[in-house]
Amino acid sequence: MDAYWQHFPHEADIGVAGVAPELAAAFEQAALGLIAVICEPQRVRALSTVDFICSAPDKELLLVDWLNALIFEMATRHMLFSRFEVQLEGTQLHARAWGEVVDVARHQPTVEVKGATYTELKVFQQPDGWWRAQCVVDV
Amino acid sequence: MVQQRLTQRSEFEWEIAPVGAMRVPAVFFASKALIDAMDAKVFEQACNVATLPGIVQASYAMPDAHWGYGFPIGGVAAFDAEAGGVVSAGGVGFDISCGVRTLHTGLTAAQLERIKIPLADALFEHVPAGVGSTGTLRLNDKAMDAMLGGGAQWAAEQGFGSAADLERIEEHGRMSGAVPGAVSAQAKKRQRDEMGTLGSGNHYLEVQRVVEVFDAAAAAAFGIKVDDVVVSIHCGSRGLGHQIGTEYLKEMVVAAPAYGIHLPDRELASAPIDSPLGQRYLGAMRSAINCALANRQIITHLTREVFARITPQARLDLLYDVSHNTCKVEEHLIDGRPQRLFVHRKGATRAFGPGHRELPETLRAIGQPVLIGGSMGTSSYILVGTKESETRAFSSACHGAGRAMSRHAATRQWHGRNVVDELAARGILIRSPSLRGVAEEAPGAYKDVSAVVDAADAAGLARKVARLVPVVCVKG
Repeated sequence: MDAYWQHFPHEADIGVAGVAPELAAAFEQAALGLIAVICEPQRVRALSTVDFICSAPDKELLLVDWLNALIFEMATRHMLFSRFEVQLEGTQLHARAWGEVVDVARHQPTVEVKGATYTELKVFQQPDGWWRAQCVVDV
Repeated sequence: MVQQRLTQRSEFEWEIAPVGAMRVPAVFFASKALIDAMDAKVFEQACNVATLPGIVQASYAMPDAHWGYGFPIGGVAAFDAEAGGVVSAGGVGFDISCGVRTLHTGLTAAQLERIKIPLADALFEHVPAGVGSTGTLRLNDKAMDAMLGGGAQWAAEQGFGSAADLERIEEHGRMSGAVPGAVSAQAKKRQRDEMGTLGSGNHYLEVQRVVEVFDAAAAAAFGIKVDDVVVSIHCGSRGLGHQIGTEYLKEMVVAAPAYGIHLPDRELASAPIDSPLGQRYLGAMRSAINCALANRQIITHLTREVFARITPQARLDLLYDVSHNTCKVEEHLIDGRPQRLFVHRKGATRAFGPGHRELPETLRAIGQPVLIGGSMGTSSYILVGTKESETRAFSSACHGAGRAMSRHAATRQWHGRNVVDELAARGILIRSPSLRGVAEEAPGAYKDVSAVVDAADAAGLARKVARLVPVVCVKG
């Protein structure tokens, strides 16, 4: 089985989760889940890159920081992303995201995300050894 | 299950008595049917709020309460700074000062019917809405700070409105105590090209028809009657507010242990009101309130431009503007004595009763208009604040229908195209850049707004004045 992302329900908004054998890959999948709230990730071409550095006191806050950094760059650059590479050293994250400028006709974006929240925020190793990184995002 | 401890105080008032770390009770205003339909998380979240330091009287939930972040959406809580009270970034939320404003048009329903198609198209084309949309205004650093300090007053000075508008906005269009220097460069960058944009999600601009009047005296004071056409705008502080929420939430979560604050849920991130962090947040949050007021003022201007082009006889005077995600300093009677409190309303509308000094002279005798948004295909309501409301939940009422179903579930149940077609068959024109967005906002995904408003009225939170139905809806 490959690493994957999924959405889970929240009454007002939506939860995003990334699941993967490695924690860094779970963070990559959570990012894809975030994009999938906005549009279908496969519609977004990987034409240009943005680099990220985040640090936080623990893994859970780091996930929120990572998703919020993506939300900030998407908002200010008017971009969407579709591919991610994440490297983790303790609670410091280095990442690169690939994407392109929003094209409303082609991407058909549904909703902008206001922020990643601490609601249902969990980063943990499942009994099968895979990592799950999840939180609710406010739309 | 915390709701098993729920007891009924009266037909529309319920209570969970303090237990464990709760300092005050959690009180819910709702009918039995609404209580039965509430998510278990609402009860849990309202009880968590009751544990925060310096909370006064009770942690309240309005009839539209639903599962939020830390606070339930539809949550109200007031804190006393002198008793170690806190200000909570989570208690205000990401969309700081999101709110509703309603404009008269001077048109009748029959006049609207003749122009509604070109009007819908022109509003959709002229008012930026949806992901990636930008306004035409670009603010440099100096203008950004002036906007954050001046709110709708600043916007009016720039030519986006008049002094008459300002009288009909909470805080007279300008929130005092804003500190633009407490707003980060990132938050300002996020707002650089978002002035005068609606956003997405549940934000909208609707042209509505008054279909029912419940309180003739209040309706006359508000200047509305059956068959009048009004415009309602629902949006907030856009990227700037979202970024302030994001940044201060994290700072408060990290700092909470040093302040001796135990957070049962990290989303309740708080700092003492009198701490440097609490004061900085208040300065930034008030700046975001001004941003929201300026944003709704600019959208009002854009709306006026469209009406002037399509139907020049229209006159879009402001009925009122309310914010429903705020923390404001207000004086309330506690045990018969006036007390200065920091009142958090997360998805709740202020509802001052008659005689309140904050109200403009033209409304002081009747009370504050309380503007309640519905969902796309359903009713919106105008209520009025009452004297009685002061004794309920610090003069607060509901803010909307409240979701009954997740976005996830809504997209599985409805297709956007079908929703648009079904509403068109009922004479309601939807204009939106996103059909999936329409599906997520389908009317059936929301609670019955009429049941929510009836409960607010029966519980004494505010009194029903008029019911409106949408004719044109521009969704982000």
